[in-house]
Amino acid sequence: MAGRGVTPRGGRTLGFTATAAVAAPTHAHLVETGFGAFYDGVAHVALTPADLLLVIALALFAGQRGTQAARWTLFALPVAWLTGGVLGAHLPVQSTFPLLTTLTFGFAGALIAFDLKLHAAAVTVLALVAGLVHGGVNGATMAPGGASLLGLTGAVTAVFCVLAILSAQVTTLQAGWTRVAVRVAGSWIAASGLLMLGWLAR
Amino acid sequence: MKKTMISSTSGAGWRAGLLALAFVPALALAHEETGQATGLLAGLAHPVSGLDHVLAMIAVGLWGAVLGPPAIWVLPVAFPLVMAMGGLIGLLGFPLPGVEIGIALSAIALGVVVLAEARPPLWLAALFVAFFAVFHGHAHGRELPEGASALLYSLGFVIATGLLHAVGILIGEAHRWDAGRRLIRAAGGGVALGGLFFLWRAVA
Repeated sequence: MAGRGVTPRGGRTLGFTATAAVAAPTHAHLVETGFGAFYDGVAHVALTPADLLLVIALALFAGQRGTQAARWTLFALPVAWLTGGVLGAHLPVQSTFPLLTTLTFGFAGALIAFDLKLHAAAVTVLALVAGLVHGGVNGATMAPGGASLLGLTGAVTAVFCVLAILSAQVTTLQAGWTRVAVRVAGSWIAASGLLMLGWLAR
Repeated sequence: MKKTMISSTSGAGWRAGLLALAFVPALALAHEETGQATGLLAGLAHPVSGLDHVLAMIAVGLWGAVLGPPAIWVLPVAFPLVMAMGGLIGLLGFPLPGVEIGIALSAIALGVVVLAEARPPLWLAALFVAFFAVFHGHAHGRELPEGASALLYSLGFVIATGLLHAVGILIGEAHRWDAGRRLIRAAGGGVALGGLFFLWRAVA
């Protein structure tokens, strides 16, 4: 068995393989899932807290305001996100515009906490504005990182899925502690937004 | 002899491989933890790392349960928002004198209202809790660890505080039974005593 031990070439090969396996990441702008641009876009939304909080907040608020508001928002937000993304990709600046994104999710969180009785059309307008802002930021930051339209489509698909699942759940909630839990979640999102504004001003 | 040489050179191959591994720069990035997970975990851990904050937050939940609806949900919705206002004031650089004393007083005051089963009007209860929430936010909302994500730290901090309220509410549900009611009042007394201890520490 000793004679069948690792040969010098085998030892070197193993050494280099191990070295390659633990190679340092490239720290690119976009998350690289290894599954292609579409899934990189999906991961981008999942790993960008400001985007994720906005989608969750709008889903909760649209669900809170009823089926019609939820249906309109379900299509308004992704379309606005995609439009904003395409426009944002042509912006000359590359910034995450944290003040704008914080204001949008913080405002949406406050609307949930106060259970503000907005008309479905007003909720849709809010979704359109928020989608343009966050989509625009996505476009401005993802495009220089090498993302294509496919990547943006992945991000929009993630937005659509989270929105559809959450808002549908919230519309089915009857009066009681579950609807209170939605308001508490909104309060937490708004509170995080307020603290974030402080960090930005610092 | 040949077998020995092969074994020896094979060992040299392994050593070369291990030496190459030692030069991989990723292994030397250990000065501090950074990134989004660090921010969230630090934010979640921060509220439970100070007993004064823990006592006051649980007391808010206990009092909410004692007061019943709608206070049981108004207080947990209002508290994080006002607490964040306190954090915002702190982050903007506005000083708030006697923050530690205010936090200790909050535990005393909230413990006493639970002990006494005080039932003021809703607006007064909300104002009472909001007043102390500013101190908690001002003291704790701005202690971001180096390298952590500010947004996720804030989110973790708010969620952990909210969960402490939930713990208080769950314990407070024992208020429905006579024995539970006495237990809740005793817990209120315990919170007030804890507050006295923290007041002594803040003043001393």
